[in-house]
Amino acid sequence: MSFLRSRFVQAVLVLVLAFVILRFGIRPPAPWSVLTLYMAIIFMAVLIFVSSDRDSWRDFISPIWSTLVRPERRVLRTVLVIVLPLLMGYYAYTQAAARPQAPPELRAVHPAPPASIQLKGKEFNISGAENPLRKDAARLKEHAAKGGEIYIRNCVYCHGDNLDGKGHFAPGFNPPPANFQDPGTIAMLQEAYLFWRIAKGGPGLPKESTPWNSVMPAWEDRLSEEQIWQVIIYLYEATGQQPRRWEAGEHGGH
Amino acid sequence: MTIARRGVWLLVLLGVALAVLAALPVEAQTAAQGASRDPAYRAFPVLGSRLAVWAVAQLHLNFAAFILGVPIFAVIIEAIGWRTGDARYDWLSHELVKLTFAAFSTTALLGALLLFLFVGYYPKFWTYMTSIFFPTYWIYAALFFAETFTVYLWYYGWDWLSGSRKWIHVGLGILSNLFGTAILVVANSWVTFMISPAGIDESGALKGGVWAAMYNYTWMPINIHRLIANIVFGGTICAAYAAFRFLGAKSDEERARYDWMGYIGNFIALAAFIVLPFAGYYLGREIYAFNQTMGITMMGGFMSWLWIIQAILIGILFLGSNYYLWLGMERIPGSERYRKYVPPMLIILTLGFMIWATPRSMVVTLDEARAMGGTHHPLLGFFGVMSAKNTVVNLMILTTFLSFILYRRANKIPTKPWVRTGMAVQWTAFAAAACVVVFYGVYGYFVESIVRIGFSVYQVVAVLGAIVLVMAIDIPMFKGARTTGQIRWGTIAPHSQYVLILLAVTFTWLMGLMGFARSGIRQHWHVYGVMRDTSVDAATPALGYAANVITLVTLAFFLLVLFIFWLGGLGDKGQAEAHGHAAPAIAAGRGPER
Ligand code: HEC
Repeated sequence: MSFLRSRFVQAVLVLVLAFVILRFGIRPPAPWSVLTLYMAIIFMAVLIFVSSDRDSWRDFISPIWSTLVRPERRVLRTVLVIVLPLLMGYYAYTQAAARPQAPPELRAVHPAPPASIQLKGKEFNISGAENPLRKDAARLKEHAAKGGEIYIRNCVYCHGDNLDGKGHFAPGFNPPPANFQDPGTIAMLQEAYLFWRIAKGGPGLPKESTPWNSVMPAWEDRLSEEQIWQVIIYLYEATGQQPRRWEAGEHGGH
Repeated sequence: MTIARRGVWLLVLLGVALAVLAALPVEAQTAAQGASRDPAYRAFPVLGSRLAVWAVAQLHLNFAAFILGVPIFAVIIEAIGWRTGDARYDWLSHELVKLTFAAFSTTALLGALLLFLFVGYYPKFWTYMTSIFFPTYWIYAALFFAETFTVYLWYYGWDWLSGSRKWIHVGLGILSNLFGTAILVVANSWVTFMISPAGIDESGALKGGVWAAMYNYTWMPINIHRLIANIVFGGTICAAYAAFRFLGAKSDEERARYDWMGYIGNFIALAAFIVLPFAGYYLGREIYAFNQTMGITMMGGFMSWLWIIQAILIGILFLGSNYYLWLGMERIPGSERYRKYVPPMLIILTLGFMIWATPRSMVVTLDEARAMGGTHHPLLGFFGVMSAKNTVVNLMILTTFLSFILYRRANKIPTKPWVRTGMAVQWTAFAAAACVVVFYGVYGYFVESIVRIGFSVYQVVAVLGAIVLVMAIDIPMFKGARTTGQIRWGTIAPHSQYVLILLAVTFTWLMGLMGFARSGIRQHWHVYGVMRDTSVDAATPALGYAANVITLVTLAFFLLVLFIFWLGGLGDKGQAEAHGHAAPAIAAGRGPER
């Protein structure tokens, strides 16, 4: 196993191993954009590893150098000269070839809400708004139950009966419906933010970062103000998440 | 005389700049003819006004950060040299002030240019700002005068105020820093007012005194953030300068000197860099506190992608500065003992970097999104949130500190009887801090966000506490330690010098990017919520465009710096002189085997 002591072999092994683990060890598979980022970081680290002292660098360089100049490595050299450009060409092809798939998209996570919205003709302040139904702790269960009914009647088709965004319509939509079980959706948001999103839906998203292509319907004409607050309570109860609260003195951190 | 030559150069530059400036408004005016008599905007030819202001503002800021940051540590280094009597510190301090001095007039020139651009192309905006801040203009001018005067004295009085009068000289250094910081604070009040205006009524007019407008939400956090960042920036630029001189050095002696300077510059940058994330966090919180919408625009809205780039840049800074320290160990006999720590530290840093750079919501194709059940990955998604980021950044800071500690003791063998205990306590402190950080990081997933925010404070306190404790033991423990050999300055592998240059460029770029974020969150406002931007450039530029502009300006900055340092170096070309007397020798090793 003496070849394992060669820095060059070590470096290649680390890269291959890392790729295999990241590519096949993560389920569901990590998106290519993230995989590329990870591999770039690991590549950088490997370069640092082999060059962090002189001996190791010399060790790393020597097989490359000898392959390039030594007469007895001629065959390998020729093979590399043919194979490497071919691989690169193949890579270029895969990048340039048109695929029957929309290109990956950058989406803003949570766009900034407006300070206030118009709701049934009256002004409704988003910033600082609290869920009014939470004041009456005794009736919270009742509200959650009502919210559940509203959810099953209106939202389940898209957001799924497990609230995980896998309703039976979901495969038809891009972007897919939000997964409320994920710690990055409603757990990061204030209830007022949800109120805005549910009342105004996809059409109410801000102008910047368009196109949103969101099919999330606007519910302001179909649900009453109270019903929206109820379904919000249900979302948190059913997922076990906590809404983000306003900090003391209407502050909010991130 | 070099001063005379430099003076001529500057005069020529100034003349050209003035001629251009004088021509521009005329040009613009003709373009604006037919518009109303008092236009709110004029169009800067070809580039457009926004781009012109952006580029000049960023350049001015780069230079200003440099000339305000460098004197802070220059005076500390001078004081060290004065107290210890070690001549090389005095030499270094003088070298640093020389660089500052060389960049002084360019800074002022760019500042004036920026002012002219505002007056000429954004007249209505400038009139409004003046209506609020007029009294501070005078303070600013007075401070600038005082600053220039003290720096001149500080620089030219080096030999005159040496010996028994050295305390006066160090005092001058301190004074110039006070003036410099005051300038920064005044200018910050204008910028921060634009982000988070305060002290005005509905119509935008000043309610009380100007103080209320100055003391707005983001003023203090920006003051602190910029002050620290200036030190980091100054450190990296000085290190890059040293690297440049190292690579071009003709003798071992010169190489040794600039190797040492590069090391100190990097050390300063690193020390300040470690606290910078906390200052940034404070700034972010205050932005949220001022306006929730603005906070979300910055972190979650269309600017959220910027933070991924920021994360990558910060990761590079961490990796790069550790790499430099490890390379530097090679010039220290006895450091072989610590080589074995490098791979594990590298692994921690790499994993930390990966988690740190994991985006919250990812760039995905439709198929990938389906497989993941949303834009949030069920597993990697855990790395995207604040808990994970805070945890890994704290671990990376601890690791970097460990690198430094190992570097420090590379050629020392402690002789104190309590060494074993001391070491044990140090390692325990490291382990304890790491445990606290990881514990609160994991625990953070199980509590609501308002509690989680508090956790980051415990993490920071644990890390800073460990740093203080370890240093408090380390200093006495290695006092009078047996040495395994002198540091062979100058024998560091040359590629380490490119790392220093890379760090400087990365940090400059990062500053440009964050500056874009800071001013971009105002969106279509000159003064947020008070004065709308109604010019043709009111749209916030796309990230790609911004990145291109920032890159070009960064390039321009380094070209200018190169030019100025070259001018500054003309005088002492070829002679290894400090100021009148020969530069102190630094124990040099023989030239690196290449
Ligand atoms: C036609 C399918 C559909 C229906 C029905 C639907 N949604 Fe949505 N919803 C979406 C999609 C798609 C998204 C993600 C895109 C977006 O953010 O606009 C979304 C996003 C959301 C979000 C934002 C989550 C976040 O993290 O930003 C909330 C809250 C939400 N839906 C609540 C509801 C509620 C409550 C109902 C029922 C009253 C409902 N939705 C019904 C499709 C739907």
